[in-house]
Amino acid sequence: MKKVMMGNHALSYGAMLSRARVISAYPITPQTQVVELLSEMCADGSLDARFIKVESEHSAMASCIGASVAGARTFTATSAQGLALMHEMLHWASGGRHPVVMGNINRSMAPGWSIWTDQNDSLSERDTGWMQYYCSSNQEVLDTVIQAFKVSEALMIPAMVILDAFSLSHTYEVVELPDQAEVDKFLPPFDPEIRLTPKDPHAFGGLTSPEHYFELRYKLEMDMQKAPALIEETGREYEKLFGRRLGLVDPYLCDDAGLILVTSGTAGSTARVAVDALRQAGVKAGNLRIKVLRPFPFEVVRAILRKAAKVAVVDRNISYGAHGIFYQEVKSALYGRPGMPPVFGFIAGLGGRDITVDTFKEVVDHTLGHEAADEAIVWIGVKK
Amino acid sequence: MKKDKKMTLTLPVEELMSCGHLACQGCGATLAMRDMLKALGQKTALCIPACCWAVIDGAYPYSSLDVPIYHCAFETAASTATGVKAGLEMTGDTETTVVAWAGDGGTFDIGLQALSGAAERNEDIIYVCYDNEAYMNTGIQRSSATPYGAWTTTTPVKHFKNRPKKDISAIMAAHGIPYIATASIAYPEDFVKKMKKAKDISGTRFFHVFAPCPTGWKSRPDDSVKLARMAVQNAVFPLFEIEDGTKLTLNMKLKDKKPIKDYLRLQGRFRHLTEDQIAAMQAEVDARWLRLLERAGD
Repeated sequence: MKKVMMGNHALSYGAMLSRARVISAYPITPQTQVVELLSEMCADGSLDARFIKVESEHSAMASCIGASVAGARTFTATSAQGLALMHEMLHWASGGRHPVVMGNINRSMAPGWSIWTDQNDSLSERDTGWMQYYCSSNQEVLDTVIQAFKVSEALMIPAMVILDAFSLSHTYEVVELPDQAEVDKFLPPFDPEIRLTPKDPHAFGGLTSPEHYFELRYKLEMDMQKAPALIEETGREYEKLFGRRLGLVDPYLCDDAGLILVTSGTAGSTARVAVDALRQAGVKAGNLRIKVLRPFPFEVVRAILRKAAKVAVVDRNISYGAHGIFYQEVKSALYGRPGMPPVFGFIAGLGGRDITVDTFKEVVDHTLGHEAADEAIVWIGVKK
Repeated sequence: MKKDKKMTLTLPVEELMSCGHLACQGCGATLAMRDMLKALGQKTALCIPACCWAVIDGAYPYSSLDVPIYHCAFETAASTATGVKAGLEMTGDTETTVVAWAGDGGTFDIGLQALSGAAERNEDIIYVCYDNEAYMNTGIQRSSATPYGAWTTTTPVKHFKNRPKKDISAIMAAHGIPYIATASIAYPEDFVKKMKKAKDISGTRFFHVFAPCPTGWKSRPDDSVKLARMAVQNAVFPLFEIEDGTKLTLNMKLKDKKPIKDYLRLQGRFRHLTEDQIAAMQAEVDARWLRLLERAGD
């Protein structure tokens, strides 16, 4: 069945089709429609789930963790300040190995108050042990929620499905709704090996001495390293059932490209329009959209970028004092390997400023006009 | 042959807490846990935030309790318990009693928002605050449950705490939850009886349990039960229940209400107080007791 829906509702339908059993959430613009629709679904019985209307995002994640350890499939959604308030509990969810899936709408951090998009909220949580999927269409949002549950529950690692504020969250697109029976085949009920139950009492997360703590973190990382292959494998399985492949990255005309524009989120769609225009003008450009940031898909990123003469990374985020974050990640993937192209870094679109085809033209002009990249940030469209 | 003496047991025999835990000598919180589990039985799940009990239970991979425990973040006892209850129910377990078990810091201070949220939603959990009147696990820092006059490491004698203890049961009563009770380790029968009663009520149930701490109160470990008993008999910590936020019942009427002076003198944390200061504290306790009698309609 096809349905026209906003990106936020794609998250809701993803959670519904995944048969989430406990949803706990607190409202924040621009996430509200996600939970409004889910609460309607719970109220009218189309989703058999308990919706906990908590008094903060911190409690939202705490109760998701509680529900998850009790054995329930658990979903929530938030954005920006709400995600930051959850920060402590994000470590708790991954450290405790609770496969919560959360939608995060990329919104700029205050102050000044901004409801518009950039990625500094979710990227501030990069090192919390969550998988991060950055989506670029409503269809991808819905599909990825279902896939994320499958991968997370196999590895017992939580995941964020991330979409840009307004340019995706409030944008209406046609979305193919997968058949529930088929989704049930792809995603069986959550049935963890160990759960919180008086039938088999355990103490979870108690005092852990240096004798044991290190190994717990090692195991988390070892399981995180299994994620890239599992994301690819479940992505292929999803394609067989539903006709849409879900991968770690999404390359566009990269095979013969001399210049590859690296993007994430909705900027990728704009980049493709720019790539088409550049090709018409005789510039062999391509676009690599990085969908999964954690775990970072080192191999596939390397395999695609090594063929290019130059790489330009456009970041809608900044790590103050150390450049854009995707830029750093891409550089670290290529570093120390012979024959890798120079990588140029650009900051654009902070606080929801539009990233347009012209933005990419400026990026391309700069990249083609310089032999080598230097450390200085190249700001696109900033009023200095 | 000696004839076996018949003894009437006033508490359940079942022990869900074993020896080998890590509490200090004379720990009131340990008795409180033991009594609570006797009342609730094995079909219980605990959410324990940062507090003494996060350590008392034992370090990984050991536990001294025969019930499952989720060690949760400091401010999340109520919100985590909410999630556990929802998760259990949605996976077919409607029987297990879910208990948030927190200290006074985790209840009166950092966890108050989550507790208020859970109470307002009337989540089906039992919240127990075992109150040792300061942050004891971190080394005796004042909390908003620390009484007027007490020394702690952050309220040194020269600047002892000059504000009264927060009235947590009044705050909880204002939420209109079905059941609130105070309890004391010196009156286990009363505690177990009320906990059993609470088990059969649905919605948010709140217990405020007085749990002396010899380490933090600078008292003798063998005085813990005695101090808890004195605190009931001198109305420092009266025993009562509040049903539906309004109906207050005193569980222990005090015909011969004792002065607080003897209670204070057994604790090093009050050693610096002058007669005038003690008289002021006595006046405050008396006034609070009168208000309680009024609310109980006695």
